[in-house]
Amino acid sequence: MTDQRVAERQQVSPRTLELADRLRGAIGAAKVLTEPAQLRTYECDGLEAFRVRPGVVVLAEHRDDVVATVRLCAEAGIPFVARGSGTGLSGGAVPVADGVLIVLSRLRGIVDVDPDNARMVVEPGVINLWVTREAAPHGQAYAPDPSSQQVCSIGGNVAENSGGAHCLKYGFTVNHVMGAEVVLADGEVVHLGGRAPEHPGFDLLGAFVGSEGTLGVVTQVTVRLIRVPETVQTMLVGFHSVADAAGTVSDIIAAGILPAAIEMMDALAIEAAEAAVRCDYPKGAAAVLVIELDGPQVEVDEQFEHVERLAQARHAFETRIAADAEDRALMWKGRKSAFAAVGRISPSYYVQDGVIPRTRLPEILAAMGTLADEANLRVANVFHAGDGNLHPLILFDDAVPGAAEAAEELGFAILDLCIEAGGSITGEHGVGLEKKSKMASQFTAEDLDTMQLVRCAFDPAGLANPGKLFPTPRLCGERPGVRTADNAPDPALGEVF
Amino acid sequence: MAAVEHTTSAGITPAEVVTPSSAGEVAELLRGSTGTVVPVGAGTKTGWAAPPTSCELLLRTTALDRVVEHVPGDLVVVAEAGVPLATLRAQLAEHHQMLALDPPEPGATLGGIVSANASGPRRLRYGTARDLLIGVTVVLADGTTARSGGKVVKNVAGYDLGKLYTGAHGGLGVVVSTTWRLHPLPAAAGAVVVPVGDAAEAGRLATLVARSTLTPTAVELRWDGTAGELVVLFESIEASVDAQSTAAVELLGGGERAAGPPSWFGERPTGGVVLRLAFEPHALPRVLAALPAGSSGTASACTGVAYVSVPADADLAALRAAIAPYDGSAVVIAAPDDRRVSIDHWGPTADSFGLMTRVKDQFDPGRRLSPGRLLGGL
Repeated sequence: MTDQRVAERQQVSPRTLELADRLRGAIGAAKVLTEPAQLRTYECDGLEAFRVRPGVVVLAEHRDDVVATVRLCAEAGIPFVARGSGTGLSGGAVPVADGVLIVLSRLRGIVDVDPDNARMVVEPGVINLWVTREAAPHGQAYAPDPSSQQVCSIGGNVAENSGGAHCLKYGFTVNHVMGAEVVLADGEVVHLGGRAPEHPGFDLLGAFVGSEGTLGVVTQVTVRLIRVPETVQTMLVGFHSVADAAGTVSDIIAAGILPAAIEMMDALAIEAAEAAVRCDYPKGAAAVLVIELDGPQVEVDEQFEHVERLAQARHAFETRIAADAEDRALMWKGRKSAFAAVGRISPSYYVQDGVIPRTRLPEILAAMGTLADEANLRVANVFHAGDGNLHPLILFDDAVPGAAEAAEELGFAILDLCIEAGGSITGEHGVGLEKKSKMASQFTAEDLDTMQLVRCAFDPAGLANPGKLFPTPRLCGERPGVRTADNAPDPALGEVF
Repeated sequence: MAAVEHTTSAGITPAEVVTPSSAGEVAELLRGSTGTVVPVGAGTKTGWAAPPTSCELLLRTTALDRVVEHVPGDLVVVAEAGVPLATLRAQLAEHHQMLALDPPEPGATLGGIVSANASGPRRLRYGTARDLLIGVTVVLADGTTARSGGKVVKNVAGYDLGKLYTGAHGGLGVVVSTTWRLHPLPAAAGAVVVPVGDAAEAGRLATLVARSTLTPTAVELRWDGTAGELVVLFESIEASVDAQSTAAVELLGGGERAAGPPSWFGERPTGGVVLRLAFEPHALPRVLAALPAGSSGTASACTGVAYVSVPADADLAALRAAIAPYDGSAVVIAAPDDRRVSIDHWGPTADSFGLMTRVKDQFDPGRRLSPGRLLGGL
């Protein structure tokens, strides 16, 4: 993947400059950037290892800006990439060299708040947390809560099918997006889903959510809101071993309890969080669990006690229960800041995102430890333990030649463990640019070719975020679905009903 | 997989009927033929889509009947498409787990439930097949076998074909295997049943529940055309069921407590033309008011879904137009034999129809799978 780290200055081709002129004419010069200094800001997303300078950046302010841009790109045969807040961690919003980057951050309208139907309609640049903030006066909330929720956008969430700590109970973006207005790669505007719970025809919305920008650009999103639960209770539990913490997670699930969230951090991750935000986690813990239950008071009370007993049985040495919202926020602060916090204990770090069946947690953690030792690298573990979503943070020193490559190699070896265990190479960060080669390990060529039939239907010319997600693009053929006399249904057989 | 004489209740007489017993055999059958193929499971929902324009081969998935893998600790099960939901549920119950789908059709298979996107009252809490299906294996028209998703709940690698195949009625390929997210079986159940005097009251009570902090697994309305009865079902630990039932009686201003749901709960109406309606949930009273005289049925009152029987000569176009402002749709799931072919099964298409057609043509370029069964004659 080192060969994809294209950071050097690129020349913008005459035809892209010509496109830029047409774009200025169509949507206004102020929204079209071509100065190298302006373009630099948009070279990468949250995964800074991949950098590509786009040819043109469009700062869209309106749906019609997106339509006009995409249409002109299609006419010129120039690829485009849509970008929200740029917080993605798989390089999904990395521009295409000499292509167009469509920035959606200025599309920040809350179009409709509809508490009676528990729906909200928003533009793609709206920040995740704003949705919950808008819904709060009505006693409602937007369930998906990625750790970056203060800065990540709904459009990006739709592209990546974002999760978050609470998706254990509530599901992912795809379970909460009811409808989307999408600009297809030829500029056609279509509406997928809507405000009703279902619609006749194929569930194209289900295919679109999580397609990482490869099927079109979303310009409006209808989300479902949930009722804020009667009560939320959070506990922080310290363990002397990772195995005990992992065992407790399994015991909770086996007891038929579905917490809103179960998060785990190991000693190194705790050390980093302490250094960064002084979250005051139990001293000397080899692992901590943050466990949150929500729902009706009576139910949460009883299940909370049950969880406490299960943790005790696994030798938990310290259990703290959040007394109020402030307390709870502090418990979560350590967890939610863990990625950035690792910067306090290591010059550089690299975060991976893999999933394993929950029951394999102890053995996979041990295997990861062995791999880390062999690579002579430290790995801090922060993960959504309830659903087996690992986030190993691989620490390295960028000043040491070869260290970045070694970290990357270890990350990919961990992904191999996930695949072998029957898991996945990504639970929430997406495949993007970073892991597209790994798709061929998780899926067969037939699987990947079949997925790409969807892309061929949405974007036959392959202009929407090309070069992401799939290791090898599939050629879509010239005219799919041409019916000939040979394959058309024989009208003589129509008498079957 | 010998061919047998076969005529479905809907009157379809295919040239040949096959019952392959492995995914490999399904692939072989499709690879080795060029004619039209209609996949079916137990055949409990053949009326849910339009009749096919042609069916040279009826492909029954009922012999794909193995529960492949159940890891209780992971709350995941892998089962072939022909496994009946009831069989799977019985097996999972031994581990105090369930696949949280409750469509009422007796004998319905997993593949059929996915393909018809069949759901029941508990979708309020658990969602539908699209929310619970975490992996799927399909055989395409050309015999290609492809898989998407996996055996873990949290997984965003690649396009989620399971969503696309949910409700596709076999038109994009044959679903041969399914992988599901499971839930713990609730320890206790209880219901609160209240009479409902008119459509406005049905809407008012449903909204009260929806905006409250109660967490029912289902809120169902039985509707006789002018009045009905609302049931709020709680399934959880006993203390929670008890406390929530008490709170529900108070919230609704009355109601009888019951140990479980009434007999009509989750049943589909019969007679005349039976429709599945979907609409913005808050529009429930307006949708009920728009039904033609002589209609009756049930509604998932906080979800925005209803199953209603309307008179056989009802004006469907007028009903569809009346509920359109609420993003409403009305899909026929049963019609009298003499209207089966002529009736407008799905209603009008929307601006995504061109895209749907392109998807169909990519997956099934010869249009040999379930031809004519889908929206817009696809």
